[in-house]
Amino acid sequence: MFQTLQDTLSRIAALDPEVIAIAGLSLRVSLSAVGLATLVGVPLGGLVAVASFRGRRAVVGLLNAAMGLPPVVIGLVLYLLLSRSGPFGGLGLLFTPSAMIAAQTILVVPLIAALTRQIVADAEDHLGEQLRSLGLGRVRRAAILIFDTRFSLVTAILAAFGRAISEIGAVLVVGGNIDGYTRTMTTAISLETQKGDLPLALALGIVLIAIVVAVSAVASLLRSYAMRAYG
Amino acid sequence: MSPSVPIAIERLRYRVGDLPILNGVDITVTSPGITAIIGANGAGKSVLLRLIDGLLVPTSGTIRIGASAGSRPGTAFVFQRPGMVRASVAANVSLALAPLGLDAGERRERVRAALDHVGLGDRAGAPATRLSGGEQQRLALARAWARKPDLLLLDEPTANLDPASAQAIEELVASMARAGTKVVLVSHNLGQVMRLAEDVVVLADGLAVEHGPARSLLSSPRSPQARAYLAGELPWTSFAAHS
Amino acid sequence: MDLLRRSFLSLGLLAVVGSSGLTTALARAEPAETITVASTTSTEQSGLFKDLLPKFTQSSGIGVKVVALGTGQALDAARRGDADVALVHDTAAEETFVAEGWSTKRYPVMYNDFVIVGPKDDPAGAAGASVVEALRRISAAKAPFVSRGDRSGTHSAELRYWKEAGLDLGAIRGDWYKEVGQGMGPALTTASATNAYVLSDRGTWLSFKNRGDLKILVEGDKRLFNQYGAMLVNPEKHPHVKAKAGQAFIDWLVSAPGQAAIAAYRIGGEQLFFPNAGTK
Repeated sequence: MFQTLQDTLSRIAALDPEVIAIAGLSLRVSLSAVGLATLVGVPLGGLVAVASFRGRRAVVGLLNAAMGLPPVVIGLVLYLLLSRSGPFGGLGLLFTPSAMIAAQTILVVPLIAALTRQIVADAEDHLGEQLRSLGLGRVRRAAILIFDTRFSLVTAILAAFGRAISEIGAVLVVGGNIDGYTRTMTTAISLETQKGDLPLALALGIVLIAIVVAVSAVASLLRSYAMRAYG
Repeated sequence: MSPSVPIAIERLRYRVGDLPILNGVDITVTSPGITAIIGANGAGKSVLLRLIDGLLVPTSGTIRIGASAGSRPGTAFVFQRPGMVRASVAANVSLALAPLGLDAGERRERVRAALDHVGLGDRAGAPATRLSGGEQQRLALARAWARKPDLLLLDEPTANLDPASAQAIEELVASMARAGTKVVLVSHNLGQVMRLAEDVVVLADGLAVEHGPARSLLSSPRSPQARAYLAGELPWTSFAAHS
Repeated sequence: MDLLRRSFLSLGLLAVVGSSGLTTALARAEPAETITVASTTSTEQSGLFKDLLPKFTQSSGIGVKVVALGTGQALDAARRGDADVALVHDTAAEETFVAEGWSTKRYPVMYNDFVIVGPKDDPAGAAGASVVEALRRISAAKAPFVSRGDRSGTHSAELRYWKEAGLDLGAIRGDWYKEVGQGMGPALTTASATNAYVLSDRGTWLSFKNRGDLKILVEGDKRLFNQYGAMLVNPEKHPHVKAKAGQAFIDWLVSAPGQAAIAAYRIGGEQLFFPNAGTK
């Protein structure tokens, strides 16, 4: 164990350009996915929170359940869709970073939408009547409540980023773990574990954790700065 | 300014599930100025105010504001707890103007005028949620005032405020009424009702049991419910002094 | 409204971050032309491709992306048209693949060999025996044995050896026989953790770092040779297949420079793969 730890530390010290490229790909894929999912999920969650329509409870239940979608199942379904023999095979997206972005986007949209819905619904409890009495329509109300809860939403988006960058099932299946092209931190860690190179796997794991911590630290710094300005 | 708005409420019923809240309220208000609605907790005062604003939809009955039933003139609602968005003081007023379709210059001008009117002109850029309770309620009034409403609805606007803040709010409300806005005020504070209201409606058991000029109604109520409610008002002296 | 505009602006900003990531991810693709090769985890994990592919790309200008799967999965991916070339090691399955028309020709490329790895103290006494005799002794002793159990080339080789040993696996298997359903690396990890016997390709074993108390007990038996074949996916089945570039890759593998490059790959001085293009 001690030996492994020592090896790990020396591996981290000697991190080569290849590891940096892998980390870069992981970041790019997961940030893209979370960015796209935010665009879809936040307005979706906000609208579900303020709108009243038939089947709303079912939609909320569906969103909450979809938060737990198993990545590997999303990967598998997307694989069948994107495969050359599947309906979207013509796009030639299988085994590309774009396919991985698509998979992670699908993975985290329900998470962002469900958390946004909850956060906006809580804000609606104390602001909703006020906004409705001003004669604001549901789109405007959703937008204002989303703006009002922006600091809490950062936390939801960070949770989505954490889920995206740490998942392996979806990116492995649709990305194919191709060396230098679709190999991410998680698939690399898995590969090195399989090869029995535990110190390298652990070193990569520590780098991955460092990335997640760094991203959330930057986000909470920005958040506290913005909160000081706009309480 | 626009003429005062007559309000005609007929056989107004409101139920939540099987629970009746209002059981056929009839009120006709023709006077300008401030009308107060008083009554015990659970009498349905806040529900009535929300029905007038359109936040709630009546189970049956009609509410007519202004000349015709169809077009509702501008109403503004000030709640017991002012709801402020995490944004600047000015932005909170500005968002109230969004549905009015004003051009940017007009909107800025109205925001500025409203904030000056309530004495928050120098706080325009401050975060609204950092204001004190009294300041937030003044901001809520500014938000209402900027919309130039014909009808202003107030739901216990000073219930959470200290006396000085409450006085500032009362002065603002009185000035808006003088400027021609019809005001309907729900309050438990009978002193406030006495100071502000022209006429008073007493609500009890989901009905409007009495309606009359403030002074005469408060000093000599005719209905037993109004008498009971007014008799329940806590004495000005302390309990200890009686013992 | 200024507030609304700002909230949409911040959403827009996120969108820009997102889509710029998307485009850079897209822009990173392909040298001039790139083919996708479906191959096996054992080949990938042996490190052969890392050594071999740059040499091919340098001489041809064609990039190669390797998707490492079990042999069965790799052939499935090729059947679906998700790869241009399959490079796998299960001769019978490869011949079926060609017979079904998914490829027009199978090219023998090289072989490596399997070894039986087991605990140093060798409780079943398998050391030095032939592969079939070793399996008989292991099963007689009910010594722990780890099987890939994942339809891979290695797995189907293992099943073939049991049959050749005259043993009915269905009848004799018990707690001592564990299927992990995973790649070679995890199977070795499991064997190392439980001090079990396991059939491995030599390449993965040599590059495997977490050996514990395991060592090679059976090797060199002719039956243990493991033939690799390369096949171009039939462009008549899948018109998008990059037939020219794919064929160029196969041609290079079986050419003198390609064969020399395969022979030159070593771990710790040991040669892992033995070129034998044109044999059978």
